[in-house]
Amino acid sequence: MLLRHTPTEIKERSALSINPAKTCQPIGAMYAGLGIHGCLPHSHGSQGCCAYHRSTLTRHYKEPVSAATSSFTEGASVFGGQANLLQAIDNIFTVYEPEVIAVHTTCLSETIGDDLKQIVDKAQKEGKIPTGKNVVYASTPSYVGSHVTGFSNMVKGTVNVLAESTGKKNHKVNIIPGWVEPSDMEELKRICAMVGVPIIMLPDTSGVLNGPMTGTYEMFPKGGTTVAEIKSTGDSMGTLALGEWCSADAARTLDTKFKVPCRVLDIPIGIKATDRFVDALRIAGGTSVPETVAFERGQMLDMMADYHQYFFGKKVALVGDPDQLIAMTEFLLTLDMKPVHIVTGTPGKKFEARITELCKEKGYEPNVRAHGDMFLLHQWMKNDPVDLIMGNSYCKYIARDEDLPFVRFGFPILDRPGHQYFASVGYRGGMRLMEKMLGVLLDRKDRDSPEETFELVL
Amino acid sequence: MAVEKKKKVLSAEAVKEELLKKYPPKVARKRDKQIHITGEEDSSEIMANVRTIPGIITMRGCTYAGCKGVILGPTRDIVNITHGPIGCGFYSWLTRRNQTKAPSATDENFMPYAFSTDMQDEDIIFGGEKKLEQACLEAYELFKPKAMAIFATCPVGLIGDDVHAVARKMKEKLGINVFAFSCEGYKGVSQSAGHHIANNQIFTHVVGENDTVKMGEYKINVLGEYNIGGDAFEIERILEKCGITMVSTFSGNSTYEQFATAHTADLNTVMCHRSINYVAEMMETKYGIPWIKINFIGAEATAKSLRKIAQYFGDKKLIDRVEEVIAEEMPQVQAVLDEVFPFTKGKTAMLFVGGSRAHHYQELFNEMGMRTLSAGYEFGHRDDYEGRHVIPDIKVDADSRNIEELEVTPDTARFSPRKSVEQLMRLEAEGLKFKDYEGMMPEMDKGSIVIDDLNQYEADKLVELMKPDIFCAGIKEKFSIQKMGVPMKQLHSYDYGGPYAGFKGACNFYKEIKRMVTSKVWSGMKAPWEENPELSATYVWE
Repeated sequence: MLLRHTPTEIKERSALSINPAKTCQPIGAMYAGLGIHGCLPHSHGSQGCCAYHRSTLTRHYKEPVSAATSSFTEGASVFGGQANLLQAIDNIFTVYEPEVIAVHTTCLSETIGDDLKQIVDKAQKEGKIPTGKNVVYASTPSYVGSHVTGFSNMVKGTVNVLAESTGKKNHKVNIIPGWVEPSDMEELKRICAMVGVPIIMLPDTSGVLNGPMTGTYEMFPKGGTTVAEIKSTGDSMGTLALGEWCSADAARTLDTKFKVPCRVLDIPIGIKATDRFVDALRIAGGTSVPETVAFERGQMLDMMADYHQYFFGKKVALVGDPDQLIAMTEFLLTLDMKPVHIVTGTPGKKFEARITELCKEKGYEPNVRAHGDMFLLHQWMKNDPVDLIMGNSYCKYIARDEDLPFVRFGFPILDRPGHQYFASVGYRGGMRLMEKMLGVLLDRKDRDSPEETFELVL
Repeated sequence: MAVEKKKKVLSAEAVKEELLKKYPPKVARKRDKQIHITGEEDSSEIMANVRTIPGIITMRGCTYAGCKGVILGPTRDIVNITHGPIGCGFYSWLTRRNQTKAPSATDENFMPYAFSTDMQDEDIIFGGEKKLEQACLEAYELFKPKAMAIFATCPVGLIGDDVHAVARKMKEKLGINVFAFSCEGYKGVSQSAGHHIANNQIFTHVVGENDTVKMGEYKINVLGEYNIGGDAFEIERILEKCGITMVSTFSGNSTYEQFATAHTADLNTVMCHRSINYVAEMMETKYGIPWIKINFIGAEATAKSLRKIAQYFGDKKLIDRVEEVIAEEMPQVQAVLDEVFPFTKGKTAMLFVGGSRAHHYQELFNEMGMRTLSAGYEFGHRDDYEGRHVIPDIKVDADSRNIEELEVTPDTARFSPRKSVEQLMRLEAEGLKFKDYEGMMPEMDKGSIVIDDLNQYEADKLVELMKPDIFCAGIKEKFSIQKMGVPMKQLHSYDYGGPYAGFKGACNFYKEIKRMVTSKVWSGMKAPWEENPELSATYVWE
């Protein structure tokens, strides 16, 4: 047993976190920054944070993740990091020539009170930011929220610095996709194109973190939302923000500042959430949904019906980020599965309420904990076993110990490919998720069947 | 069709000039001193262990990573609690491949667990000591470990939480060994500071805690080996086969008890000079254990190191046994080498990793007939490049002064010189060098480019200009190099292969490098229509 010291008996802990179901803000800010075209994320703090975040993102995406750091030593920690950041901005524009630098703080620079706005203004005044280039920034102390909060803060920070209103509408809809995979962003763009709605997607990591091998390395690949597009978000007809935790703040900022009306939807994982997204998109764009979209929806529904018997009643343990988990819980319930233990590390009371409400319609009360950890999740599973576990790669330790089918979903996935290339959102994404779940559930059924009931056709 | 690589023949000087060209003048001046071209009778200095330049994309990590991740990470029976916000604990959770093999399924192994105080806003404002104390109590209640360690992260140092006071209090209250590390990320200029802080505290709080002497005639410690990819398992296999008893490893596949009894060994062998040479020094001063530099990376290097150990003990039985083991192991190694050599001979490599690995792995490449064009350390000091003789000349700057240097004196009860001065002198005369390390540069071909603290810009430029057949570094560098069509071997994590140490490890490495440098993937960069883009008016098959 890998997790041999995890006892079945649950004791409340008030101080010790064991096997966290979240990580810290700056990595989310770094990921969001990578979704801006020509952007070099910059970590304002000591260099270890930047190294850790780059490593984790690289391991997850299997792609180069460039980001710079202010490389604080003890001196900067005492006297403030202004000199380091000014020097960094100068060096970055000279050596790497990005279009944008996306600066985020760390717990170190936050605690000493560095003011990013003031430092960036100073850099501007001192001519360290070349004409036509931009520095966006966000405050992302690691001791508040989680990686999800950091993502949200950087998207909001970008809109805050760059978005503007020219008074002339651009007849586009802003899509803030939330922390999803590059493949998901690509799929959302495909759906929008099918529905015939011109959009601006912010951020957009497709083409950045799932790029091709060509023989040359581009530090700034073709993908990402351009500065012109980000500026133009203030002129859009409306914003669809996918996920309350990841996307709502930026959307509300656009609403407040430029009167761009917004709707906050769930991430379109599963048939119902995708339906709501397509419907909202159609309304926002003033178009009608084409047959091609209805066809894909029908295919998904078909697969749900064909395999319903294998989903029905299966108990699931889930761990991940709130926006994904809410949508996933709803999807599993639609399949008549039973998510019984659900943990996110990201704090927020609304999460527990929403999950409980979703399950209530099915007549049961799940174990749900925001600000929980995977140690607790495992203990719940020991007390009330499940048929399937879904979550990031760290779940494999639990899956192996408890001998459970496991579907990788969320962040980080360090040990399997695919998530960068194959979407989980939309109708096609839903079919892929079902395929993955059925794969492990039916493999398990095959493995466990006695010879006399081992079936060729399932 | 294979794409022919354009190999520009640029001199090392011209390459260096290209690397520096784009930098602002101040940056160029500094980097100039950190990029060194090896020459005949080389006595010039390389600048190392200095601050990273803000904004220049470095390969380095932080002090916490060096302390918690590298040194304490591979120890399975200590509960390691990260005091800080969640990130640091999360990122150092199982990511360094610290393989460990507990004797049985019920023995302690806390490695799959990440323990953190997950500090929140209010802990930063009001202080986190109370929370840390409570976390220690909760950890003890759940796991009953024999020891606990506490690691301070950046904000902890800033707000002034006294982790050592909490450790002392907990030690008294729980009756187990509890100790702490002031390894805030901003201390020092790289991971190296973290290694130092970790080793100092293990030396202070654990070494010498248990006087039980292990059975065995030839007792050694293996210092600076971290069991990536199972290296320690292979080293342990070989030592055991030779009849050499390993008292402790610092710290691959290690346990608390190993550290506690380390002072009972009769010889210290040092693998990674950078991370641990000072521990060997301190153990000699305090307990009288001499140390020698060894290297188990490379089959020849392994044989040489075993012979050195045997020579030290000077017992014919051991000397003969070591020769028998080498004779037994080498034919298999040679067989694999014969198979790969025609494919690897004449190929070139670049190595930028760690603070010894970039040196050690050159031995393996040499065995395969491969030349290292360029190499450097992420967190090395001048002595790792130029040899220990420069140590007295190294200027101690403000960043290094922050790292505590322990004052060590002979242990009144336990100091016992393992060899007399005469014996040591005789061994020296016979060619066994004590407390010696010549560093990486003297062993490299003249005209090689040695670069300290390589950054992403320089890495990409080097590959573009010199097109090596393989590049070795870490995960952050891997994919930008590969996008350029050059295979990249991770030497921190071994790309989840290994072991590469010892005899079996050498075989694994030979095969792995042959696989990589002969792979067809790298010739597939251009599609047929890109190779021959001419349009033709008719379908050719019609």
